[in-house]
Amino acid sequence: MKRDSDEKELNRRDFLVRSARAGGFIAAAGLLGYRLHDDTGARGLSSDEERQAVLADYSVPGTSRKMSIVTGQDRVTSVRLGLEAMGGIESFIKRGDKVLIKVNAAFATAPALSATTDPRLLSEVVRLCLKAGASEVAVTDNPINDPQSCFALTGIGEAARSSGAKVIYPKQTFFRPVTLPGGNLIRKWPVLVTPFEGVGKVIGMAPVKDHHRSGASMTMKNWYGLFGGRRNIFHQNIHEFIMELAMLVKPTLVILDGITAMMTNGPTGGSLADLKQTNTLVVGTDQVAVDAFGATLLGKSVHDLPYIMKAEAAGAGTADFESLGPARVTAG
Amino acid sequence: MKIVIVRRISQVFFFVVFLWFCIVSSLGTEWWRLRGWPVNWFLQLDPLVALGTVLTTGTLYSGLSWALAVLVLTVLFGRFFCGWVCPFGSIHHFVGYLGRRGKPLSRSLELNRPHAGQAVKYYVLLFLLCAASGVLAARILRLVFDTPPIFLALAAVTIVAAVLTVRGLRSNRRKAYGIFLLMLGFWTAAAFVIPLEQVIRSSLQSGLLDPIPLVYRSVNLVLLPLLDSSTRTLFVGQRYYEGAWLIGAVFLVAVLLNLKTPRFYCRYVCPLGALYGVLARLSLWKIGRVADECTNCRLCEANCEGACEPAGRIRVPECVLCMNCLDECRHDVIAYRTAPSASGEVLVPDMSRRGFVLAGVSGLAVIPLVRLGGGMSHSWNPEVIRPPGALSEADFIARCLKCGQCMRVCPTNVVQPCGLQAGLEGLWTPVLDFRIGTSGCQYNCTACSHVCPTAALRPISLDEKLGRGGFAGKGPIRIGTAFVDHGRCLPWAMDKPCIVCQENCPVSPKAIFVREHFATVRDGVVEVKSAEPLSIRIGGTVLKPGRYAAGDHYLKVSSEPEHQRRRIVANGEYTVSLSPEHRFAELPAAGTRVEIQVRLQRPQVDLERCTGCGVCEHECPVTGRRAIRVTAENESRTRKKSLLL
Repeated sequence: MKRDSDEKELNRRDFLVRSARAGGFIAAAGLLGYRLHDDTGARGLSSDEERQAVLADYSVPGTSRKMSIVTGQDRVTSVRLGLEAMGGIESFIKRGDKVLIKVNAAFATAPALSATTDPRLLSEVVRLCLKAGASEVAVTDNPINDPQSCFALTGIGEAARSSGAKVIYPKQTFFRPVTLPGGNLIRKWPVLVTPFEGVGKVIGMAPVKDHHRSGASMTMKNWYGLFGGRRNIFHQNIHEFIMELAMLVKPTLVILDGITAMMTNGPTGGSLADLKQTNTLVVGTDQVAVDAFGATLLGKSVHDLPYIMKAEAAGAGTADFESLGPARVTAG
Repeated sequence: MKIVIVRRISQVFFFVVFLWFCIVSSLGTEWWRLRGWPVNWFLQLDPLVALGTVLTTGTLYSGLSWALAVLVLTVLFGRFFCGWVCPFGSIHHFVGYLGRRGKPLSRSLELNRPHAGQAVKYYVLLFLLCAASGVLAARILRLVFDTPPIFLALAAVTIVAAVLTVRGLRSNRRKAYGIFLLMLGFWTAAAFVIPLEQVIRSSLQSGLLDPIPLVYRSVNLVLLPLLDSSTRTLFVGQRYYEGAWLIGAVFLVAVLLNLKTPRFYCRYVCPLGALYGVLARLSLWKIGRVADECTNCRLCEANCEGACEPAGRIRVPECVLCMNCLDECRHDVIAYRTAPSASGEVLVPDMSRRGFVLAGVSGLAVIPLVRLGGGMSHSWNPEVIRPPGALSEADFIARCLKCGQCMRVCPTNVVQPCGLQAGLEGLWTPVLDFRIGTSGCQYNCTACSHVCPTAALRPISLDEKLGRGGFAGKGPIRIGTAFVDHGRCLPWAMDKPCIVCQENCPVSPKAIFVREHFATVRDGVVEVKSAEPLSIRIGGTVLKPGRYAAGDHYLKVSSEPEHQRRRIVANGEYTVSLSPEHRFAELPAAGTRVEIQVRLQRPQVDLERCTGCGVCEHECPVTGRRAIRVTAENESRTRKKSLLL
């Protein structure tokens, strides 16, 4: 074995350099250890709390009691007349507004089965928003079935794109924890908030559907689709949850499509036999009132849907839709 | 242009085409999605796929006829596929080049010398083909004895051989005749005494090592999901594949071995290369030495991809036509031409008789041996849920390549590579895992059955899958049945309302329906202290305020009839308020016992409607071990598992 000292004597200069190097390393290690020292261990969910998001109030002041009920068979004409009866879309969407439309794209089924937002109706609403001067219209949902398939098969993706809106798929990074102040259920729950960034106006669009657990799925329950995580556990207490949804999301407008209502086998449907022509489309600013009217299309009363009474009691709106004096229009 | 440049262009071209096919294998409307792109093309070009399925099924399925073109070209030109087309080969070629770059010439020469181990791939091929041909071999064996002319001819030959053996010609011949008679006797006994069809089975296992299914599987199930997890272009969410680590490890090891020996996989393992090697002896054009003017500089071997010794007696079965020898030779002694090499050729693979018998017999024996476990018959695993359109298990295993195309194309990511749940033979075949993925098996989707290159999943129409139109009489295709676990289901076991499964059942009318049940909540029997038409005060128990206000709770006066319940809308510590339509007409007296009940909707599965799509299992909020789970019972691909009369 050969040693260094055999070849070269260690001189003072080398000794000092090597000592300095070793000392530097020891000092750095000690400093790093001191800096990283942690007495308490992991701090649980604190980082989540820091990242919490809030949803703004998207309603337009002074429009809180507007509602119109259109009788008709054509969704495009009906929604146009319904909006006109409320003073035109211009009273809600201003020039330069960025608009987010929350559709119901929950299932990967054909539009004819009415389990999801109708694509032609969506196209018309997007078109009207853009006509009113919206700078950008985005369409989003976090569906139950595979997102890409849902947006493709329901025709919603194509309808949005072809009418000039952009589709926002629910990517994992788009969810952030949200807490409803005073809420029991919505506490630090992951919500699809990124699509709301920079948005000025929010429109909810939902079909009228039977729903075995909650009684009916309409505009208030539609917000369920903004939730991520293990959202299905809210079914244990679905009426309170839907009430909290209505408290959490304060939309500019909701559009309830009851031209065709899903009377049975909801909310998936799956057969034309589950549908009934109810020839009514409702536009309104009060989602509680709109859903309370929608219940009648399913042959139900507000007492059959505890969440409506709860939402009213919580101050999310009124179940007595007649008190709003809704405009009643007939579209050919 | 130099021939090696042309070869490189060809390799890059086919590699890019292959990658492109992997990228576009997803559903969508964009032009870069699966919209008629022939994504299975490389699998269809693969003669080992064609041969394997011909052996197991006796037919050449649709697009697999492409393999004939490759066979013809191989017979004309040799193993061009390995050196010019194979995407896996191109990866090896490139990595092998990186590995030997900068090494001294002597080391390169050493690496590219022929090695006895190169025979292993022929044994691998034989093993896999024998595993695939058991049934066919048994049939042929019987055929001989069932056809009188052949039988008589055979008998005559036997008698002659016997006479010659007894009389003895020369001693070495005598031994050969003896062996012949022994084998004949064994054959006769096997064919007559043992009912072979009962014992011998065949199974398509070539896809485990066949480079084309291997590279498809590795890129689609491992590389793309890894790469896409940062870009999120192909998929909205992360794609998951169970046991992807093993698929990735096989791929990684195969690729990294190039750093040790260039084209390690091609030279030692690849059964497809072996098949081409066997055919290469027939090829019209071959690499070889022109004349004896060679200086033995051995530069030609420096970059020889096949390790086939082009300057010496060239091993024709090993030559992958990389053309590097042609390019390197300074004396133009090497040429690609029809005349045989001046320095001689080795035309047949270097296999020993013992190795041949060993590989063949073990190939024939392995499948019956594996099936002794009974997994293919009585002890079938209910967890193995095959995609819709899957043939019955034995037929399915006879066709499935384990290429992973169905798993790649599945829009919900629910089709997964099987581990050992379906037995050794079922490794990497498709099974459905409803806990993974974005949903269960999508109701309106038949994508996997149409992408399958070998019809292990036969192409089905949506009408057939859903039991509509002309298939209304047959009913839908079932891949299994959902079972409610009463010990875990919230309404059944925990008195909590839920029915997410019912909500999501895509069948109309739903296969999951509910039965209403009212259960008295824990400590829910209380006494009335005082009553008003819309509320009561209670004594004794303290209630948690608001706990029974969710709309699911009811008040039942014990003395009132069973069906009469009053919905609770609010409660305080000592008060319970009722919904207006349930007011008391007659106030209950103080001391009356009342019960607070929860209304439960308990899910039930309708056996005739459930298709086993697994959406319920996917959505069940009991997310660990689900409270509703699909197992393969009642799947329609075999009558044996039916639960319906």
